[in-house]
Amino acid sequence: MRKLLFFMPLAVFLVLGVVFYLQLGKDAQYMPSALVGKKVPEFTLVSLQDDQAYTHKDLPNTPYLINFWGTWCPACHVEHPFLMELANSGVPIIGIDYKDQKDLAVQWLEQKGNPYQAILMDEIGNFGVDMGVTGAPETFVVDRSGVVVYRHQGVINAENWPEIKGYMK
Amino acid sequence: MMLFRGFFLFIAVLFSLSTFAQEQMAFSSELNKTRYQSLVEELRCPKCQNQNLADSGSGIAVDLRELVHQMIEQGKTDQEIVDYMVARYGSFVLYRPQHSTATFLLWYGPFILLGVGLLAFVAVVVANRKRRGRDL
Repeated sequence: MRKLLFFMPLAVFLVLGVVFYLQLGKDAQYMPSALVGKKVPEFTLVSLQDDQAYTHKDLPNTPYLINFWGTWCPACHVEHPFLMELANSGVPIIGIDYKDQKDLAVQWLEQKGNPYQAILMDEIGNFGVDMGVTGAPETFVVDRSGVVVYRHQGVINAENWPEIKGYMK
Repeated sequence: MMLFRGFFLFIAVLFSLSTFAQEQMAFSSELNKTRYQSLVEELRCPKCQNQNLADSGSGIAVDLRELVHQMIEQGKTDQEIVDYMVARYGSFVLYRPQHSTATFLLWYGPFILLGVGLLAFVAVVVANRKRRGRDL
């Protein structure tokens, strides 16, 4: 029994070693969203298309994506073609035109196509703060019951889409 | 000498540039200004990870500074502002971790370990003394 005690430091070292080793290679930039597991926050935003005000009550009751984008955001240019693909395959996407100018956004959609079921303007970025957004593009998966189940920071592409798609139910 | 002085000035300006991340803001009282300063130093920028709101020039940090400013002027308490940020960005935005069951070990783990060590030390000393007493 006493002998065993001498091996305690070694045991502690091994346990810590395994724990630290498992943490290696993890994405240090990854940040969990405080919103996951919660309902989409209440909002009233004006639509880009018809200038009408919409609230959280108007959101779809099927699984859908909320995509924050802006014409000022270079990565959104990269992401746009893939969003078009998703839209064509029937994925409902609500676009939030984040901290953008209306005329630029309209022009963008005319030139590049519109992958969004609806586009709401968040000019000051207050809805973005309510959603815990830190930049664009950022995409949230909302499930059937209106609860945010996943948040993806950065571009959605063919590589990460299968994982994101798994949350859409 | 002149050249040296010029170079020194250049370096000094270079270093002071980084402290210009903040906008000029009007506060209704000196107290509000102090509260603002301490809050933006306590809150972490959710985008840049290793900077507080005060030092960061990223877009979201500018927005959040403005929000903190507005909330202070609206008469919100510090705790309300901190809760507001935590509700949106998680406890990640706090440079000082909150006391909770999840951070219990973080706060008290070292003291618990110290206690265990002390107990072990005392136990060993007592055991040695007993053994020596027997040998004599």
